[in-house]
Amino acid sequence: MSLNRLNLNKITTLSIWIILIAVIIAAPTILPVFRLNLLGRYLSLAIVALGVDLIWGFTGLLSLGQGIFFALGGYCAAMYLQITSSSEFPNNIPEFFALYGVNNLPFFWEPFKSPLFTLIAIWLVPALIAGMLGFLVFRNRIKGVYFSILTQAALLVFFNLFNGQQKLINGTNGLKTDVTQLFGQMVGSESIQRLFFWITAILVIAAWFFSKWVVKGRFGNILIGIRDDEPRVRFTGYNPVIFKTIIFSIAGGLAGISGALYTVQSGIVSPQFMTVPFSIEMVIWVAVGGRGTLLGAILGAVFINYAKSLVSEALPASWMFIQGGLFILVVTALPEGVLGWMKGDGPRNLLQRFGFKRKIETYPSLEVNNKEEN
Amino acid sequence: MNNKSLLNLIDITVSFEGFLALNKLNLNLLKGELRAVIGPNGAGKTTFLDVITGKVKPTKGEVIFKGKSLIGRKEHKIARLGVGRKFQSPRIFENLTVKENLEISVTTPKSPLNLINKKIKNDQLDEIERLMKIVNLSQRVNSKAGSLSHGQKQWLEIAMLVGQKPDLMLVDEPVAGLTDEETDLTADLLKSLSGENTVVVIDHDMEFIRRLESNVSVLNQGTVLCEGTMETIQKDKKVIDVYLGRPED
Repeated sequence: MSLNRLNLNKITTLSIWIILIAVIIAAPTILPVFRLNLLGRYLSLAIVALGVDLIWGFTGLLSLGQGIFFALGGYCAAMYLQITSSSEFPNNIPEFFALYGVNNLPFFWEPFKSPLFTLIAIWLVPALIAGMLGFLVFRNRIKGVYFSILTQAALLVFFNLFNGQQKLINGTNGLKTDVTQLFGQMVGSESIQRLFFWITAILVIAAWFFSKWVVKGRFGNILIGIRDDEPRVRFTGYNPVIFKTIIFSIAGGLAGISGALYTVQSGIVSPQFMTVPFSIEMVIWVAVGGRGTLLGAILGAVFINYAKSLVSEALPASWMFIQGGLFILVVTALPEGVLGWMKGDGPRNLLQRFGFKRKIETYPSLEVNNKEEN
Repeated sequence: MNNKSLLNLIDITVSFEGFLALNKLNLNLLKGELRAVIGPNGAGKTTFLDVITGKVKPTKGEVIFKGKSLIGRKEHKIARLGVGRKFQSPRIFENLTVKENLEISVTTPKSPLNLINKKIKNDQLDEIERLMKIVNLSQRVNSKAGSLSHGQKQWLEIAMLVGQKPDLMLVDEPVAGLTDEETDLTADLLKSLSGENTVVVIDHDMEFIRRLESNVSVLNQGTVLCEGTMETIQKDKKVIDVYLGRPED
């Protein structure tokens, strides 16, 4: 343990970051715009994965309903783009309204004429809804499997709600963004997509710094305490309900940002963002990357999704088996995820299996003493 | 009956689907007192702590702490009022270091805003240093609590309890699984804490209880059978019958 391991972990983390940033910087020049766009989308998914890691990896709340907040962020962004690009349509409202004979803009669309409001709503609306939902659930001490089931049920409620509202948000067809205008250009155009790639890359890094700030220090320790032994936290004088509500709300806000970035890069937001498998996939990304590591969540989201598109191109229909197999492999062989395995005893155990001698473990306190005296 | 009373349990009854875990239990604790509570398995010792700390709501009765009723208050509110608890098996946060465990206990106020914004106060850091010295864990500051030995875990939890600065400390079987030497040290530690603090110790270990030189309450079938010094209760016929067993002839 101690000195060597700590340094090794730092080197691992640092080298992963260097590679990640190098890829991000090189990508726009190396990759064709189609691939760049895919990478941008997957990077935006890393932000929702960070939120999942905060609530699941650190706090032990396994939410299967993050798709709700992801979609809400996407809808906020899409509503702004649709409404600001609707000047040539009848009644100056988005085109789809005409299909259903709607002549007046529904009231909740109004504030989305403002870019500032939209930029705030993208994270604040999901964060508030997550906060309210979370508070009610946590106050009633619903946890574990019941919490997971409840979040999935909420996801289905939201899916059906959005799916059925043709007259308000175009129901199952969703809202298209690629043919809308931004800064006088088509959102689907190459220059705007390149811009969104950079914005996404910067926001992923910012989201990582933010998450790191949240979990470091005593606040993060309380989250870990809640995950490991919630009653003990209570008897020490902390109210877990408040802490869980805050972190669930933060994860909701991150999901919203993620959904907005994903929407503008994939060209559409629809209730498909709120299907059950998609929200479960978010959990898989974090599980594979490494729970409670933050960086693992980013890597998991980007790599699994990139692999998904590569595999699907080569061998259509086989991806679901690969993803399922990957999840089973991680659960059975690498319960801490890839990054958790690398930071733990994993590599040493592997070397040992190939005949390398393991360093003799001294009595842990000796190591600590030496370290302190040096 | 007097103003020095810190905790008063009046006619506490706890019924789990008809089974009476506590049956009209009455108990009065004075400020600064060290009190041992013993009793056979199933006598209601842990339920008694659960009632005080708010984990179990009594079916009937009243708990008065510092003149306030504790009934219906949430666990964390009771803890903030000044009731600290050490659990039977050591319950520490194994994935956090010794220092982080103690930080959690000494931090005030225990609000999210205080935790996320501000650095821990210097006097709280000093307190952590002091606690680690008392329980002999200074060498293990940055070790994961999960890597400590059983005895060290017990002590860390006691240190966390003290760090909370509670007016009332409830200590459930602090010497279970400790060596004789560790048991003696724990007894001395608890004795040194009383006076300033009010301490309730629950245990089976008669040698340990004797070392505490405190008043003893004997629980049986959810009610207080007898109270007094170790000498008195050892001579009490009822206690001998239910708990201590008759000496062999």
